[in-house]
Amino acid sequence: MDVELAALTKRYGHTTAVDGIDLKIRSGSYCCLLGPSGCGKSTTLRMIAGHETVSSGDVVIGPKAVGDLPPAQRGTAMMFQSYALFPHLNCRDNVAFGLKMRGMAKAERHRRADAMLALVQMDRLAERLPAQLSGGQQQRVALARALVTGPKVLLLDEPLSALDPFLRVRMRTELKRIQTDLGITFVHVTHSQEEAMALSDLVVVMNGGRIEQAADPRTVFERPATAFVARFIGGHNVIALPDRRIAVRADRMLLGPEAGPEAVPAQVVAVEYQGSAVHVGLDAPGLDTDAATPLTAILSDHAFARRPLALGDTVRVGWQADEAHRLEA
Amino acid sequence: MSTTSEPALTSLPEVAAPAVPAAGLRTAERRQRRLAYLQVGPLALVFLVFFVVPLVLTLVVSFWEYNEYEIIPSFTLQNYADVFEGCLSGGDLCTTFRTYLSTLKFCLLGWAFTLVIGFTVAYFVAFHVRSSTMQTVLFLICTIPFWTSNVIRMIAWMPLLGRNGLVNDGLMSLGLIRTPIEGLLYSDFSVVLAFVHLNTVFMIVPIFNSMMRIDRSLIEAATDAGATPWQTLWNVIVPLAKPGIAIGSIFVLTLIMGDFVTVGVMGGQQIASVGKVIQVQMAYLQFPAAAANAVVLLGAVLLVIVALTRLIDLRREL
Repeated sequence: MDVELAALTKRYGHTTAVDGIDLKIRSGSYCCLLGPSGCGKSTTLRMIAGHETVSSGDVVIGPKAVGDLPPAQRGTAMMFQSYALFPHLNCRDNVAFGLKMRGMAKAERHRRADAMLALVQMDRLAERLPAQLSGGQQQRVALARALVTGPKVLLLDEPLSALDPFLRVRMRTELKRIQTDLGITFVHVTHSQEEAMALSDLVVVMNGGRIEQAADPRTVFERPATAFVARFIGGHNVIALPDRRIAVRADRMLLGPEAGPEAVPAQVVAVEYQGSAVHVGLDAPGLDTDAATPLTAILSDHAFARRPLALGDTVRVGWQADEAHRLEA
Repeated sequence: MSTTSEPALTSLPEVAAPAVPAAGLRTAERRQRRLAYLQVGPLALVFLVFFVVPLVLTLVVSFWEYNEYEIIPSFTLQNYADVFEGCLSGGDLCTTFRTYLSTLKFCLLGWAFTLVIGFTVAYFVAFHVRSSTMQTVLFLICTIPFWTSNVIRMIAWMPLLGRNGLVNDGLMSLGLIRTPIEGLLYSDFSVVLAFVHLNTVFMIVPIFNSMMRIDRSLIEAATDAGATPWQTLWNVIVPLAKPGIAIGSIFVLTLIMGDFVTVGVMGGQQIASVGKVIQVQMAYLQFPAAAANAVVLLGAVLLVIVALTRLIDLRREL
């Protein structure tokens, strides 16, 4: 089902957590709300879920504005950051909880819970209590519990942040697989741009309670709308020119002879070997990066091997004119 | 470079482990154990002096003989036979059984009321009071009755419940009753009332404590799964508050089981209770008989607690 936010606002006393955002998430898409902590992404998710009252504006899910409806009547289900599994119930009863609340008979709800646990590959551990599971396993159970009532929209609040990096990547793949299989809308809150890029059809970059940019990941990366987006999404140099501000992708920076006619001299202040690429930090007095951060150039390992650089070296840095992307603000 | 140094590093502990002399390990372990005993020592001593010794003395005295003016330290089972005198002959219930039944009745009534009231108060303060300052304030208010003595709190009921007390006067002046209600004071009602008044706080504190440990996101998760507030209460809060309920229940049940003051004052010295029997025997210096009664009472209380722990595995829940 489509999810639409219309001038959605949340105020706590005098502070505004979410400031009149408009957004349309198409049915069956994977949407990531991305931003630093305190940007209002979690609050937005909780307003969609119905766990937070709306100060003004509206949440529309499918054909109807959900206004003050309780969570269960919105067709949404939420997966909580800390998983919020019931510690006194085993996996099967945790998953079957929502069905029990609806008054479904025991045999039937256990059958459905088992099927859902099989979907997340937890059927063998159905009898275990949450305390006897690892973080990744708890997360699978939480996912099964959220999905068992057949929601049209699944809301995930930083679902991967408590996992170790390897597990995070694996669960990420799995989330995407399940979303594709079920064909329902996923709204996923994260502060990791890597996660957002990997998963989403629609990336919504938020800052200070507002949406900075909402587009598919490729557009966000190639044409960041604002300096904030360019910096947050990473891999960009934000440069203030006399008449405008531009973003240039770090991997499109040119060094040395091929740097072009507008090249300026810069001093190497950092060299980080990353395997397939080398990140070179450059301090160019002639360029205003406005946050006093050095420029970054990403060179392929081949290119770096051809012309190695060391700390303190001076090198000319530039970019091709068509690689400069103009920023709004 | 790193590939050459790595095996050397991983093999280091293997080389080092056998080098530690086994005898040295054992001394260290022994020192560790001695230290542990030393740390447990003070508490063990307190338990020994204030718990084990009195209990053993009571047990020993309960098997001694006595007459009108002295206690004779020689073994007899007569005291226990006296406790259960006439109990095995059939027909009417013996005094002891009747007393225990009466005490059990007060236990059950007191327990049921303190549980319902205590749970409700704890639930309200824990889940419906938002600010933690207000929670602390309300929680302290619950303990205010404890600033005065038990007896004074009981006596405070008398002007209210007496034959010409406030309640009867009020009802009569309102025209609701013509003659005063007799059973308000010195009755089962007033005894239970006083028990509830005195002991509810022992329910509130442990239940409140276990409720405060419930993760609030669980309540949200239940709401998200479509649970109504009642369903959340019954399916999430009550099961997770069980340890508190069990501890509170043990407090209240043991307090009422051993009570003699409340039953005496509020029952107008007319109602029997096990504690009262023991107290009367003590007053007549029949220590062995009182000790035998106390041992039987202890057994009964232990049975109740065992039954409770059967319901809830306290060790696991804490």
